[in-house]
Amino acid sequence: MAHTTIDGGAATVPAAAPPGISSRNAPRLGGFNATMLAIELRRLLRNRRSMIFAVLMPVVFYFVFRSQSFDAGGGNTAAFVAISLGVYAAMVSTASVSSGVSVERSQGWSRQLRITPLSGTAYIVSKILVAMVMGLVSMGLVYAIAAATGAQMSASAWVESFLLGWLGSMLMAAFGLMVGFLLPAENAMQVMGMALTLLAFAGGVFIPQTVFSTGFDLFARLTPMYGVTGLAHAPVLGWDHLGIWLLNIGAWAVIFVGAAVLLFRRDTKRV
Amino acid sequence: MTENIVRTPRTAPAAGGARRNRPSGASTPVAVQLQNLRKSFGKVAAVRGLNLTIQPGEIVAFLGPNGAGKTSTIDMLLGLSQPTSGSVQVFGTTPRRAIEHGLVSAVLQTGGLLRDLTVEETLRYTGSLFNHTQNIREVLQRAGIERLAGTRVGKCSGGEQQRLRFAMALLSDPALIVLDEPTTGMDVTGRRDFWTAIQADARRGRTVLFATHYLEEADQYANRIVLIRDGELVADGTSAAIKAQASGRTVRATLPGLSNADAARFPAVTGADINGEVVTFHTTDSDQLARFLLTRTQARDVEITAHSLDQAFIALTSQSPPGDGIAAPRPGSPDARPAG
Repeated sequence: MAHTTIDGGAATVPAAAPPGISSRNAPRLGGFNATMLAIELRRLLRNRRSMIFAVLMPVVFYFVFRSQSFDAGGGNTAAFVAISLGVYAAMVSTASVSSGVSVERSQGWSRQLRITPLSGTAYIVSKILVAMVMGLVSMGLVYAIAAATGAQMSASAWVESFLLGWLGSMLMAAFGLMVGFLLPAENAMQVMGMALTLLAFAGGVFIPQTVFSTGFDLFARLTPMYGVTGLAHAPVLGWDHLGIWLLNIGAWAVIFVGAAVLLFRRDTKRV
Repeated sequence: MTENIVRTPRTAPAAGGARRNRPSGASTPVAVQLQNLRKSFGKVAAVRGLNLTIQPGEIVAFLGPNGAGKTSTIDMLLGLSQPTSGSVQVFGTTPRRAIEHGLVSAVLQTGGLLRDLTVEETLRYTGSLFNHTQNIREVLQRAGIERLAGTRVGKCSGGEQQRLRFAMALLSDPALIVLDEPTTGMDVTGRRDFWTAIQADARRGRTVLFATHYLEEADQYANRIVLIRDGELVADGTSAAIKAQASGRTVRATLPGLSNADAARFPAVTGADINGEVVTFHTTDSDQLARFLLTRTQARDVEITAHSLDQAFIALTSQSPPGDGIAAPRPGSPDARPAG
């Protein structure tokens, strides 16, 4: 094994012992940690586009829609609109944040991460967590402003509708991941903007499900925001359609998560 | 190699002087071992049976023209792609496992950075993923980008971004750094600064493997050059030896009925292209070969052509596919490494 390259013998022997696999440990949790989450959150605050799109727009919409009057069940109209726009804020936030994986793909960051110990699962989990934090903030803002400007419902309805809407918005985080792994960055952002608005109309976010015609309602039930929106309103309006909502959420969860997983595998396939 | 992970910190006091002396024989895993490595994309063979062993502490240039299979090989070395056949071992284990344990890092050709992060954030993010991390200040300093800590990555020049990639690669204090065409697109100053940083780092005993198509870079910064062409190894040796081989002359002669096997036995021949009756010999000693041809064979019309270094390199890396002529020294054979 006498290599002509290692001439000079002891003089060029490295100061550190040649390491082996035994000298280092792999990180726990596939590299998932608080530092990366904190940096991801800071990135979000800097992203002016998503701040306007996901945080400010729902608040503006809230003030626009608040003045309408219709049968709003156990709360006033403002409370009804607060729930709708709060859920909307959460869903837009989670979807747009998680669709940001498309940007990381196009900038080669996801490839770079593959030469670190970070596991694919840890990467996805971090994206969903950050998306949920963003959803929490934007929905919280709508609720806070609504509560301060005259929306009224029972305390338990405030809490329950918030939790149902926020947790339900995780469905749209999966949707965002699916789009983010499917499309290049520029297209992903355009598709998200369009798709979220259309889905919000169809799902009863901007127009209450209670005023849908029977025919439209049958169609609306098949769209992915229908279940979460209905569920978030249930603490005020009642749980009559619980089965349909859960079925809607379950089916779309299977579709979005399944597609996201398949597309992620395609993206990181070690060909 | 060792299968179970013994949780011993790298800095644990070793018995006696064992840390300073290279442990002998089997207990030292080689840094890189490629065995009959092949990679095909559909019908296109990018890597065709590469064998290569790199010892800890070597600085190896992976030299070849564009499309020679350098990046394909590096991707397999980093676990970014799977070999079609053959095996890759890094420190006695799989590439993925070596990366998880922070033993290997890489500077890839382009991309790999988030433009909206600052330089420091990029390093903190990357560093947080490893169990063993270097001090970020120190890494910034070693890559020569201290003053850029608070700058957005998107605002850094190409050379600065490349040094950031290098800093990221240093974070885990890896035993092996792989650089894929690290200075592509850099200006002269950027290139020199970058290599200064790499060299300073290599003096600390790290194994470095870099791909390049610049002969000059390989010459100046590597202590071993592995030359590949069409996915096969064509030469392997010190830069001096490769230079001697690459700067050899060509001797052309008319010599009917010569076979490749005959040509290979002629003195100082490193390769031969036979085209009808005309044979073009690549040689390390044109005088000796010419004398031999004129006195011991029926050769006529003997011409000797000298190449410049660059021309010779091009000749060495762009010959017609092996099989038409004698390939330059075969990997693994005793003459594979020209004396140097």
